[in-house]
Amino acid sequence: MSEQKLQSQTVQTTGHAWDGDLQEYNNPLPAWWVYTFYVTVVFALVYWTIYPSWPIGKGWIGGASSITYVNSAGETKTHSWNTRALLVKELNEASVAQKPYFDKVSSMSYEQIAKDPEMNGFIISAGKSLFADNCAACHQSGGQGVVGFFPNLADDDWLYGGSFDKIHETLLGGRRGYMPTFSEVLSGAQIDQLANYVASLSGIGHDATKASAGNVLFHSDTAACFYCHAVDAKGRKDIGAPNLTDNIWLWANVPAVQGDVSKVAAIREVIANGLNKGVMPAWAGRLSAEQIKVLTVYVHELGGGQ
Amino acid sequence: MNFNFKHEWIETNIGLMAVLTMLAISVGGLVEIAPLFFIDKTIEKVDGVRPYTPLEQRGRDIYTREGCYLCHSQMIRPFRDEKLRYGHYSLAAESQYDHPFQWGSKRTGPDLARVGAKYSNEWHVQHLIAPRSMVPESVMPNYPWLLSTPLDISDTAARMKALRKVGVPYSLTQAEYDANVVKFGETVARQLHIPDAQKNLLEQANFGNYDGDRSGISELDALIAYLQVLGTMVDFSKYTDDAFVKYR
Repeated sequence: MSEQKLQSQTVQTTGHAWDGDLQEYNNPLPAWWVYTFYVTVVFALVYWTIYPSWPIGKGWIGGASSITYVNSAGETKTHSWNTRALLVKELNEASVAQKPYFDKVSSMSYEQIAKDPEMNGFIISAGKSLFADNCAACHQSGGQGVVGFFPNLADDDWLYGGSFDKIHETLLGGRRGYMPTFSEVLSGAQIDQLANYVASLSGIGHDATKASAGNVLFHSDTAACFYCHAVDAKGRKDIGAPNLTDNIWLWANVPAVQGDVSKVAAIREVIANGLNKGVMPAWAGRLSAEQIKVLTVYVHELGGGQ
Repeated sequence: MNFNFKHEWIETNIGLMAVLTMLAISVGGLVEIAPLFFIDKTIEKVDGVRPYTPLEQRGRDIYTREGCYLCHSQMIRPFRDEKLRYGHYSLAAESQYDHPFQWGSKRTGPDLARVGAKYSNEWHVQHLIAPRSMVPESVMPNYPWLLSTPLDISDTAARMKALRKVGVPYSLTQAEYDANVVKFGETVARQLHIPDAQKNLLEQANFGNYDGDRSGISELDALIAYLQVLGTMVDFSKYTDDAFVKYR
């Protein structure tokens, strides 16, 4: 109560009295607050005149400030300032700074780029960020892939070929893996024989009797495995049919399971169900020709380029 | 206050108060309403932008239901770093059929405005079920139920009718269908016809088999169909790098 009394003594009133003694407190805003408010009003007015703001007639006021940029067609243009024009300007300036390198990438052959130490540095730094942004989600940050889903790019086993040209082709147009389902064409026993034969090719413990029957099946027109995987079972890179003799596994989850029986079962599962995944998107529309060339060399240099 | 301004002047002069009140409301109204008359001029004239097909639209419903927008924006800003990472900046035209738009302002995960066709369907399936199996450092939650939950398609047409009410050109009558044929071409117009909604949805889902599971149409089918179309409608190779400067 005493505080209230104190307040009534120090706070000014509006000076008007109703009913003899009824008065109203007057608490004006602090001066710093009021002046800050007026400054923001002035700021808004200045901002309105400099930047695009008020609609008027059939358009809007572009603002007093302008920006001059050179577009990709080489034309110099001036427009009222906006972030889109600024972006064109910045991108073309950045490309001027990077241009010598990208020009070299365009003009040099893959072999020349790979051998030139300066270009190699550019490939490693530019390629790394391109790879991280676009490729690492599937192939992982080191290119090691995910067994069962996405191929390892750091080893020397390639589905479609590991030459510069083949990597470039893969990046440009993408890929689509496919293996038919055999569970309806072959009996369970036949699939078991094939799985044992495929296991034998990679030195995995198997049933020799079943494997030799599988060998016959593999090269017969009934299963016709050799159409795609070739007579020597070393695969066909032109259609992305993997080599079955190198004990490197992408689709069958052989490395993760323990024991020969489980490993054969993993192979059997792929033969029975086939594959319709192995999809790699095409990058031709999303990345520039130079960026794809940088990535080609980068992937080639991950360890397994041929 | 140094100069002797008093509220009393206004409070005791009803004429002045009326004038100042109207002035304050007019400014507020002008700033809020006037831009609406000019908004069409800021929407870029580009080819290819169309409303979502029934399946994509159902995927979009699931996207909003699961709250994907809380961590993922769909708005690539016209900055150099964003252009290099995500692609061309988002256009107003690209979200003109979005109700509500998914621009967002919070990026815990990456922007998704151009995620369409960037990864395979198989990747999306694995990544939505168990994100860390694909991206070890990810903090995204698992969404395993999307694959096991059948998509409810019973109210597809009703949902499209609601969007039609707010201006999305889904067609109900033959005249509207014909108008869509002129505007979007016949292939797209068929997808936008509400009476065929369920048939179109089933066709696209069965043909696309987005979740890799032929046994039925799951919520994941719809969600991936939606994700795979994001940002892919406009072919930017047809436009120069400063084609959209004039709209700002």
